[in-house]
Amino acid sequence: MNILFDERLDGELVRRDKHEVLTDLQQAVPSMTLLHREEDLRPFECDGLAAYRVLPMLVALPESLDQVEMLLKRCHALDVPVVTRGAGTGLSGGALPLEQGVLLVMSRFNKIVSVDPDARLARVQPGVRNLAISEAAAPYGLYYAPDPSSQIACSIGGNVAENAGGVHCLKYGLTVHNVLRVDVLTIEGERMTLGAESLDAPGFDLLALMNGSEGMLGVVTEITVKLLPKPETAKVLMASFDDVEKAGRAVGDIIAAGIIPGGLEMMDRLAIKAAEDFVRAGYPLDAEAILLCELDGVEADVDDDCETVRRVLEKAGATQIQQARDELERAKFWAGRKNAFPAVGRMSPDYYCMDGTIPRRELPRVLKGIAALSEQSGLAVANVFHAGDGNMHPLILFDANKEGELALAEDVGGKILELCVAAGGSITGEHGVGREKINQMCSQFQADEISVFHALKAAFDEKRLLNPGKNIPTLARCAEFGAMHVHNNELPHPELPRF
Amino acid sequence: MTDLAIHSADRDIADTLCDQVRTAYETRTPLRIVGGDTRAFYGRPVEGQALCLAAHSGIVSYDPVELVVTVRAGTRLDALQSALFEHHQMLPFEPPVFGEQSTIGGAVATGLSGPRRPWAGAARDFVLGTRVITQEGKLLRFGGEVMKNVAGYDLSRLMAGAQGTLGVLADISFKVLPIPTASHCLRLSMGVDDALGKLAELGRQPLPITAAAWHAGELFIRLEGGESSVKATRERLGGEALDAEFWTALRDHTLDFFTLTEGQALWRLSLPPHTPPLSLDIAETDIFYDWAGCQRWVKAALDAKTLRDACQAAGGHATCYTPEAQGGAAEPFTALNAVVEKYHRNLKTQLDAHGIFNPGRLYAAF
Repeated sequence: MNILFDERLDGELVRRDKHEVLTDLQQAVPSMTLLHREEDLRPFECDGLAAYRVLPMLVALPESLDQVEMLLKRCHALDVPVVTRGAGTGLSGGALPLEQGVLLVMSRFNKIVSVDPDARLARVQPGVRNLAISEAAAPYGLYYAPDPSSQIACSIGGNVAENAGGVHCLKYGLTVHNVLRVDVLTIEGERMTLGAESLDAPGFDLLALMNGSEGMLGVVTEITVKLLPKPETAKVLMASFDDVEKAGRAVGDIIAAGIIPGGLEMMDRLAIKAAEDFVRAGYPLDAEAILLCELDGVEADVDDDCETVRRVLEKAGATQIQQARDELERAKFWAGRKNAFPAVGRMSPDYYCMDGTIPRRELPRVLKGIAALSEQSGLAVANVFHAGDGNMHPLILFDANKEGELALAEDVGGKILELCVAAGGSITGEHGVGREKINQMCSQFQADEISVFHALKAAFDEKRLLNPGKNIPTLARCAEFGAMHVHNNELPHPELPRF
Repeated sequence: MTDLAIHSADRDIADTLCDQVRTAYETRTPLRIVGGDTRAFYGRPVEGQALCLAAHSGIVSYDPVELVVTVRAGTRLDALQSALFEHHQMLPFEPPVFGEQSTIGGAVATGLSGPRRPWAGAARDFVLGTRVITQEGKLLRFGGEVMKNVAGYDLSRLMAGAQGTLGVLADISFKVLPIPTASHCLRLSMGVDDALGKLAELGRQPLPITAAAWHAGELFIRLEGGESSVKATRERLGGEALDAEFWTALRDHTLDFFTLTEGQALWRLSLPPHTPPLSLDIAETDIFYDWAGCQRWVKAALDAKTLRDACQAAGGHATCYTPEAQGGAAEPFTALNAVVEKYHRNLKTQLDAHGIFNPGRLYAAF
């Protein structure tokens, strides 16, 4: 896959001389830090998807709203694309720079504006780290629920852009469920507030639309999030299985018993081994799969639910069930899961993380499909799975220094996502499309649906200057990718050239 | 997948609806999208040819273990809720039912949520995916039947509350949840300031509260959750027992409170959490606090501007539930600020270029 912006497939960009843009922006926003030398630009050439790197034309590091506003107005006037970046931890290349574009880095907007314990709200700037919100709310017994694995580093602005999830989202929702209001600057430099501190706002739900829009519709400049009372207690059960499918069925059985766990995670043999070697979480090395089931809430209810879940797991054929005896052991159980990615990273020079979602009932079939792809390609795949909400994270192990392995890993990854779509799922549950999955969008959506996405984009950014080439493919790209869905046997847009 | 009791009346008429929309698009004929026609009072009156969704009904799929149900928009709310109830599940946003004809499509299009809203989430929070009929009469799918899906823009949630002005909701997939095992409702005598203070204090603790209202010197609370926590909280809060039907009546506006006297209009004030009582010239008995004070029903003869200014100063907004023809405000919804309105118009132009979908339902201009 050619990850670089390709004007033939992604649309033309206006070419501007770098010095012309630099001079223009320096004059328009003299107080703003603007990086332009190659050695200064280098640290910004990639986000969390480090296999793909592009040096941006310029990097802007504004500190005030006025600076961002002026920057956007000038870029709009000059037709210069703008890619917004938060902490740069995204896994889908959503903040991958453009050679002809300005990288707008929001990391200096890192203040918690206010925490209101009575209203259970926090107003924060977009560069604030996810975990820092919960830390600021902790003295009041409150916290911010969505907890992506990168929460110590990722920023809330990026969380909004990607509609980030985490291990607790079956019960507590995604970012979109926990954000009440965002302040946005449009590409034309207009200030706009979407949502409200009240539980709804008049007009269309543009707040919902902004969540997960990957910086394509506006630049988020402030966020008001909902805070929740910290659960009185959380207990975790770990169950071992001698068969992955049994573990998969046990997940359904827990839900069928009327229980919505705070977290419900599954790992397969390879992921267990990697995590155990790395953090000594106390995982059983002889198991084919483990389930981690966290139950949280009021102490008495949690004890009742633990008993119910234990019975369900026994009936489902668990070979061993352990309840963490104390907070220390609970943290240890979770450490294995939360460090699964770096743990796998120790086993293999490189790994490629997928993010497909499926209806849970399809788990055995999709796992078999993944195993078959692994065998055909010769690349090992470790499976880590937000089992409760059907979000899979297969990790494809490869060595980029071996000729052709990156391409092979990408090919296996693409096929895994197509398996997910065929099972009624989605190519991405929480990492976003970004640049990485731009081609797979053509498998999930028909050309007419993609055209509606383009119409939505045009309503906010007619010149296509915000993060071009991400999230939504052009129809030309889909035609080239060749997986465009043919509806009623009519090839959509027959006027398009097919490369 | 569960065997569904398929009603003989259930059918998929999406193709016919698409044809009707295509014709309207070609002939520039405005459409008035109608399900059970029980929510016409909500919003501005629409002049247009009726596009009837009621016959597009039935549950397409329901898998209780997946916590997902997909229904056609014309499905009656009571039929859907009974089907979920059989598996001890529910639509957590507690949609108001304004008559037995009320449909799920209307519930999502209006985006209204019941007493559980502050704790569980709004209608849009439980929408996982939709099939939408676009202006050109195409039936397209957005979102899906999985819990997490961030591919593409979230068009499904945008449709919730857009009142059919951006497209026709044909099918909707929801996340559903188990009905809590235990519940207890109670009433406590106290004044409004004490009640709001108590709710703020309780709100900071992990308690199984799923509804809280105040009216005329009484605080009403619903507890739902596990047996143990409901029992413990019930013992802690005390008070007198309250019939659970109270919340259904509040949700559906069938409590006596919702009877208007001559000259009064019903308003809904949406305010930030922990907002003190507003200084308005309204008798305390004509205000009903729901959603722990975030949603307040007001019966008043006041002009729209006075009410809206007071709400706006507190960070909220006001909606008139009484149609203009019956003495309500000409503009039921609070006006948008200029920039936000510009992007509303842009969106409307993109998705409904000829203004055929419920024109004027939200605002006169689009």
